[in-house]
Amino acid sequence: MEIVLACAIGVLTACGVWLLLRPRTYQVIMGLSLLGYGVNLFIFSMGRLALDSEPVLAPGVPTDLAHYTDPMPQALVLTAIVIGFAMTALFLVVLLAQRGFFGNDHVDGREDAE
Amino acid sequence: MNATFADVMMQMFRQHLAVLPVLLPSLTAVFMLLIGDRADALPRLRRIALVSVALGLMFALKLALEADSGALRVYRVGDWPAPFGIVLVVDRLSAMMLVLTQAVALPVLWYAAGGWDTRGRHFHALFQFQLMGLNGAFVTGDLFNLFVFFEVLLIASYVLLIHGQGRERFRVGLQYVAINLAASALFLIGVSLIYANAGTLNMADLAQRVPLVEGDAAVVLKAAALLLLVVFGVKAALLPLHLWLPATYAAASAPVAALFAIMTKVGVYSIVRVHAVIFGADAGGSALVAGPWLLPLGLATGLLAVCGVLSARSLPRLVAWLTVASVGTVLAGVGLFSPAGLSAALYYMVHSTLVVAALFLLAELLAAQRGDAADRIEPGPPLAQPALLGLLMLLAAASAAGLPPLPGFIGKLMVLQASSGIASQPWVWAVVLTVGFLTLLGLARAGSVLFWSERPELAGSGTPAGASPRMLAAPVALLGAGVLMSVLAGPLTRYTDAAAAQLADRRSYVQAVLGVEGVITTRPYGFPAPDGEGRP
Repeated sequence: MEIVLACAIGVLTACGVWLLLRPRTYQVIMGLSLLGYGVNLFIFSMGRLALDSEPVLAPGVPTDLAHYTDPMPQALVLTAIVIGFAMTALFLVVLLAQRGFFGNDHVDGREDAE
Repeated sequence: MNATFADVMMQMFRQHLAVLPVLLPSLTAVFMLLIGDRADALPRLRRIALVSVALGLMFALKLALEADSGALRVYRVGDWPAPFGIVLVVDRLSAMMLVLTQAVALPVLWYAAGGWDTRGRHFHALFQFQLMGLNGAFVTGDLFNLFVFFEVLLIASYVLLIHGQGRERFRVGLQYVAINLAASALFLIGVSLIYANAGTLNMADLAQRVPLVEGDAAVVLKAAALLLLVVFGVKAALLPLHLWLPATYAAASAPVAALFAIMTKVGVYSIVRVHAVIFGADAGGSALVAGPWLLPLGLATGLLAVCGVLSARSLPRLVAWLTVASVGTVLAGVGLFSPAGLSAALYYMVHSTLVVAALFLLAELLAAQRGDAADRIEPGPPLAQPALLGLLMLLAAASAAGLPPLPGFIGKLMVLQASSGIASQPWVWAVVLTVGFLTLLGLARAGSVLFWSERPELAGSGTPAGASPRMLAAPVALLGAGVLMSVLAGPLTRYTDAAAAQLADRRSYVQAVLGVEGVITTRPYGFPAPDGEGRP
């Protein structure tokens, strides 16, 4: 379980960083999205992985983290997802406006910059 | 009946004062969005915005006066007990930053109401959202909440940056957004690593928990702290993360750039909170994790920035480099990791923010009178108001370079004094004095070209009328506040000294926020592996 999650985070982050460093705005926004997914999974996993346990208190179960999964990172990741979504939408608008101004999708607005 | 109502209102005001700097701009902004931004609504929007910011300044001053007594104002949002709920904490440092934010925002807004706010949509609402993010970042007592307020101020700043449109603004805007989104991703990684190893994100709880973390966990914790240093370094424009700043600030419209002068200070503030307090000298195995980095990088930032000042070809870019130079000096002061250094850094930070904001506004007023030469540092047509603008520019330049008796001099002197007796003293002295001299040189070069090298054959291509007293009021107010800092240097340095001492006093901070000292509130990951136990 841990190894699968770790690989997923690693691959997402690696792809994200590589795309982020590419010169086309479309690649940059895909890179930022992938990086965001990687980071969200990372936050989630920082609450330790617990199988078959839930973050909500159940009657009759001792109230310690041996019997529950940590709810904190789940709350954090929810916030991070919402903010990441808003940022992606905003970046998309800037990206489209920039394309309108320059007629190409290079991050510097120059076609021959590569 | 009326008296009791007034009493209840006063009591509510006193009780909720800490959250008002956040609530006021956010409610104002929502109200403005409801009004809409049709052209006929603009006078009303301007009045609301100015009243709201002036009220915010009053709240901030009240908080600062209260904080000056040494009391910590702790506000538990929703009355959830710390560290489970979100707390807002106003201490001397927070109150000072609130006053600074509002004191910069008020003249800048006044200036923007002179015409800039007509060149794009929803300027006033965005301005208020930006203030909400700034104030929130300064009052929050929780690392994750700090991230949220960072995002609030950033998302408003993205739109403010491209306010006024234009190719250059969109070009740098795209890069600005991309850099800050990448920094936000790093912020989240750092914060979640801290949570995983310390079990909390409440700053007071962290202050008592971080020294207890040992072994492998401490190594990861230190890595997380350094990740956060990278993030805050991006915001503060610390070398080598400053690359985005000069082009961005130079491209932004004048009032936006002036407001952004405070944005780099959010990064500095966060470094103070996280690296000088939570990971400060008393943090056990993780103590002073930023120690080897902050001072050298701060000094290098200052040196590089004055090279930028010397080589700038336009006035806004020169002022943007001055912003970076001031951040270098401030972070060098913080990097001394002593109360004296911190106090010096705080004093210098307030002054440099005021001066840089004034310079951004002056640069535009100057450019408007120079016809086609605009803001480029090259001979242009004679100015309409050479004496007035020249004197204001001289005052700002002398203060930025650190000539006595202006506050820039006092701030730099305090940094030099704070560094005396430590191993890196020669470096600090050499760099701070060199930076001051080269700043003076760069500004003298720009000033002599702008004011003395006229090309009379171009006369008439500039604005003949000159800047109206109304527009001039904003930079004059900012510079006046700077001069006031010199006059009130005694009380102000006592305040910053006390603020630095308060930051060093972790016990009182923990006690104020968490109630009883030393209670280990949550320790989620100290339990045996849940294998085999499962649920009943």
